[in-house]
Amino acid sequence: MSAGVGVDLENLWIRFGDFVAVRDANVNINGGDFFSFLGPSGCGKTTILRAVSGFLEPSEGNVLIGGNNMKGIGPNKRPTALIFQNLALFPLMKVWENITFSMEIKGASSAERRKRADELLEMIALPDQGDKLPSELSGGQRQRVAIARALCAEPDVLLLDEPLSALDLKLRQHMRTELREIQKRVGITFIYITHDQGEALTMSDNIAVMRAGVIDQIADGKTIYNDPATAFAASFVGENNVFRGKIKRVMGNEALIATNRSGDLVARISTANQGKMKEGDDAMMFIRPEALAIAPDGATGDHFVTARVNHEEFEGNAFNIFTEGDGGKEIKVSLPNLGQSFEDHTGQIITLEYETRNAVLVPAGELAAE
Amino acid sequence: MPGFLKEFLNRNGTGMGLAILGLVLFWTIGLIILPQLSMLDFSFRPNLPPPEIGGPKDVYTLENYRYLVFGPEGGSQDYNTVDLRVFFRTLVAAVCVTIFNLILCYPIAYYLGQTKGNHIRIFAIMLIIPYWINEILRAFALRIIFGETGVLNTMLVGMGVWDTPFDFIRNDIALYAGLGYAYILLMIFPMYNVIESLDKNQIEAARDLGAPWWRIHWRVVIPYAKPGISSGCTMVFMLSAGALAAPQILGGPSSLWFTQLIYQQFNDNNDWPQGAAYAIVLLVTCILFVLAVMRLFKVNMGDIGK
Ligand SMILES: Nc1ncnc2c1ncn2[C@@H]1O[C@H](COP(=O)(O)OP(=O)(O)OP(=O)(O)O)[C@@H](O)[C@H]1O
Ligand SMILES: [Mg+2]
Repeated sequence: MSAGVGVDLENLWIRFGDFVAVRDANVNINGGDFFSFLGPSGCGKTTILRAVSGFLEPSEGNVLIGGNNMKGIGPNKRPTALIFQNLALFPLMKVWENITFSMEIKGASSAERRKRADELLEMIALPDQGDKLPSELSGGQRQRVAIARALCAEPDVLLLDEPLSALDLKLRQHMRTELREIQKRVGITFIYITHDQGEALTMSDNIAVMRAGVIDQIADGKTIYNDPATAFAASFVGENNVFRGKIKRVMGNEALIATNRSGDLVARISTANQGKMKEGDDAMMFIRPEALAIAPDGATGDHFVTARVNHEEFEGNAFNIFTEGDGGKEIKVSLPNLGQSFEDHTGQIITLEYETRNAVLVPAGELAAE
Repeated sequence: MPGFLKEFLNRNGTGMGLAILGLVLFWTIGLIILPQLSMLDFSFRPNLPPPEIGGPKDVYTLENYRYLVFGPEGGSQDYNTVDLRVFFRTLVAAVCVTIFNLILCYPIAYYLGQTKGNHIRIFAIMLIIPYWINEILRAFALRIIFGETGVLNTMLVGMGVWDTPFDFIRNDIALYAGLGYAYILLMIFPMYNVIESLDKNQIEAARDLGAPWWRIHWRVVIPYAKPGISSGCTMVFMLSAGALAAPQILGGPSSLWFTQLIYQQFNDNNDWPQGAAYAIVLLVTCILFVLAVMRLFKVNMGDIGK
């Protein structure tokens, strides 16, 4: 299988009047990768995708596809195919005509088109549905037709703009697996846009976390989850407990933080910030709910936190304890349900413990809105 | 009582429902169907002086229709070539006006429908405001532009494009311009309405899949806009074929419009039955023609209402 065609964004700026939608983005996407842009609504994800597909000229900087600068090349001449947020199937064309529209443009005969449509319909598990109209299909089926239509154009890069957002939860999870499989099979580069961290984590080789036009971190899912570079990345991807404070002492890749209300705590400086954080800096420490455990009463030290329990809930696979946290935020503790018995702590003061490697320190910054 | 009637009465209350129903029936039957039926009746009767109406000579006859085809009885020609020629010329000219209008208005409707912003509203107002001026005034204004000593000729002769003024009126250019202009809105707005609801992503998807602009129109926009196009074309064709003021004012002296013949029959010859027959022939031919064209382009009657 070929290595696929890579996409590079170099110092990309996109402005609408005075408004900066994308600020100095630098991204290298490897050929054949499943790459996701992950960020909240309005952060500029679609804007980046439109710049790659050619519907939007960057204000500054370059888009390179397969090493070729795409400046001045229109969307109909780029080796990309875009799957729109609302799919944009042609309502008056039959499914097979929709799928093979790109071949019609190149002048392929009707017989060739039918044949190719049948192959693709087979691949997306919709055999014999070619003569229907898109309106006669279910949401998930339309979804797959949109994918087939884009793949039929034989693009080097497939661009997907939140293609699953209109589907219900079950179907969305099913389509995740399916998309990933299709990507592996065709071997081309997928650039996927989503505000759903679950989608990004499960499908992607690499993820760019975006915040208000800025790319905060580019890494694989594991790194982003375990080793976030910014407060935003830490709080946007997955659930996280934040502890604010000032750095009291830096000890190699670890630091002691004087937190606002939980005393002095030790944390690991996140890889991206190692060597850049010093004594006296405002910092934020993040610990995942599942990385906290209940410690014996009275335990003290720099990896113990005491807090009053506000309420508790049973979630099935986990037992959640919410305690009073910093600045109005609760600290969530998530204990996996392994058949043990849970006692009710509501109103009590409990001691929590964590391992230093699970407490990640980043410079103080903007948190993701909940 | 049929179900839809019951539902209608339930929804509006019996009293109000009956009142609305009565008004609608009065409108369609009293103001549209009955007068047309009486015209139809006229067209099959001889033109008699008032005392003889209802007398022994007042019988149904096809004479008025025969006259359009064969001319006066014992006339010098086998066919009524003068009137027939006017009739077909009117139809062909109305088709031409419609096509010309379609070609002119489609880009405007597309632009209006697919562009966002306040300037679109201003553009639309600029299209509408001239229609506050009445038809006669607009037609005479076009005469001022196209006349032998009109604005256009003065300018073109002044610029040396040609030496002697060009007779736009005798060559029917003024007439076509006038008719084209008269119904521009009726062409633009139905198309605009449909195109406005076309998802921009459809156009971008087609472009993204490699389609050049003309194919995007051919495969995506025009099929989608078909109801609007047919609605606009039908109206423009019907109204151009039935126009009177524009041909009267802007037409050349030698080129009559069929409506002018009808008008002459009613007014100058005081021959209402003959006029009614001519008018009915025009109406029926236009309807049949429109139905045939709709069939050809696979347009449903329901689409016209869009
Ligand atoms: N044509 C435009 N003119 C002006 N501003 C625009 C335009 N397109 C986008 N924006 C602005 O740029 C920002 C980013 O928009 P974009 O559509 O890229 O967001 P997004 O990340 O795709 O959001 P969502 O998840 O809601 O789709 C938004 O604040 C938006 O208002
Ligand atoms: Mg978007």
